Amino acid sequence: MTIEVLKPGLLTTLQDAGRPGFAHLGIGRAGAFDAPALRIANALCGNQSDACALEITLLGPTLRLSADAWIAITGAPIPFRIDGTDQSTWAPVFVAAGSMIELGAMRSGCRGYLAVRGGFDVTPVLGSRSTDVSACLGPFAGRPLRAGDVLETETGSGSFFPDRNPRNRDNAKKNEPDPVSNWRLDPRPWFPEGTLEPLRLLPGSHFDKLKETSRKYLFSDTFAVHIDSNRVGLRLSGPVLEFDRMVEMVSEGCVPGILQLPPSGQPIAFGPECPVSGGYPRIGQVAAVDMPRLAQRRPGDALRFTPCTFDDALRALRERERALARLETGIAARLTA
Amino acid sequence: MADFRVEPLAEDALLLRFGDGIDVATNARVHEAASTLRDAGLPGITDVAPAYATLLVRFDPSIWDNGALLETVAKTLNPGLRRDDEQKNAVALPETARVVEIPVCYGGECGPDIAAVAEHAGLLRDAVIARHTAAEYTVAMLGFAPGFPYLLGLDPSLQMPRRATPRTRVPAGSVAIGGAQTGIYPRELPGGWHLIGRTPLVLFDPQRELPCLLAPGDRVRFHAIEADEFARLAEHGA
Repeated sequence: MTIEVLKPGLLTTLQDAGRPGFAHLGIGRAGAFDAPALRIANALCGNQSDACALEITLLGPTLRLSADAWIAITGAPIPFRIDGTDQSTWAPVFVAAGSMIELGAMRSGCRGYLAVRGGFDVTPVLGSRSTDVSACLGPFAGRPLRAGDVLETETGSGSFFPDRNPRNRDNAKKNEPDPVSNWRLDPRPWFPEGTLEPLRLLPGSHFDKLKETSRKYLFSDTFAVHIDSNRVGLRLSGPVLEFDRMVEMVSEGCVPGILQLPPSGQPIAFGPECPVSGGYPRIGQVAAVDMPRLAQRRPGDALRFTPCTFDDALRALRERERALARLETGIAARLTA
Repeated sequence: MADFRVEPLAEDALLLRFGDGIDVATNARVHEAASTLRDAGLPGITDVAPAYATLLVRFDPSIWDNGALLETVAKTLNPGLRRDDEQKNAVALPETARVVEIPVCYGGECGPDIAAVAEHAGLLRDAVIARHTAAEYTVAMLGFAPGFPYLLGLDPSLQMPRRATPRTRVPAGSVAIGGAQTGIYPRELPGGWHLIGRTPLVLFDPQRELPCLLAPGDRVRFHAIEADEFARLAEHGA
């Protein structure tokens, strides 16, 4: 099966769970910014949780499928039509061969995921199918999708719920509710729309070196996501934060979630394509459990921080992982029922 | 306890700090700790990445928390560091460090800034080449772009502040000087370092079994080649 890209959208890339293990060679992980949303899209297609899917940014692509397929879309709310008919997101959706999938402009949030039953068939680079645009690494030599690109999907595993395809269902069954097609997940636990809850922030190595007023502003003021934000990092505009004394440091390891403070005094929250090393002070670290919420902030959105301890952050992360695993199990049970 | 400090970075990352500056002895201890940790084969450790004075350790947060990992890391590193102490800070590079020979075509189109470096150093062009090829360098860390080596060991007379205006395009293979360091651009990139030559070797190719020509802790020597040799090696994919 092939998927042809008719319109690429604003920034659409192939992403999986990322490319760990190469930081010592200067190679970051990339991977889905909103990782739980990717996992849920995969679960809704009956895929492995780390299968590769499309990460969509603000404005979605238009695609044409060469064969029958099941797809699922998660993440930020986005208008989703098949041949002009509105469809549900956060649900497995059947797409007949030759149909056109149109994704519009996200109503809120910033990133969505389109998974296809079986996953996309692209050659892994250093063990991952993630696109790293800044390192020119991954599928399509690390570039975002363009009109005319053709994506292959995996067909090996005899997928596509053949007995569930609406066109294969015999007349006797037609009046029964379809166990898959009429079912939609509640996205709220995974996309908290409209809430302005602050992101939990762990103390960074250089937090204590901030001026007292700056330490206060960091948690009391509201920052705005700057237009010049991407998967490398979200630039935040707000009160100018300052150190008591200039912090001298040499290049050190970096990870996504770091809140870095360059000399401008305007912090940058690192995303999945952040550099693997950097020389600016770290005033904080976005709790891993809140990275999906960072991923969903778009330019102009407000952003606030609340202090958090490592213990609390790890507890919340593990609780989230358990909830996600329960959801995946539940979805799998429903798909095979 | 081993003489490093620990800074928790994230729920899945620790930074081990062996010093604060750029110096060969500190960096050598970072590499020794990295190889000790890697050899220990602890489960759930996903990345061990050296920088100048620090070692980044990333791990699976479903297996480890910061405290438990730190305890295990300290136990693992202590014997290695005690051995180092006994040698009274002898700069003990790991005995396994490879020496990688890198051919460089200096000056001309390959190294448009060599005259500026010579003038800044008060040396003749050939003396710049002689001093750059005489030294043995250490790959302190890789960063900036996949496979970009930051090399320690530059002859102090060749040190030169970065260009006021960075170039938007530096060709792949360019050998350059930035401050007290020298480095090699693995692919075409923007850059503010002074370009003194170019190597035909491919520093980064994700399709190779070893994607990077150089690894942290490797030692590097440069030797000068002529333009026709550069062209021949570049054509054969070196």
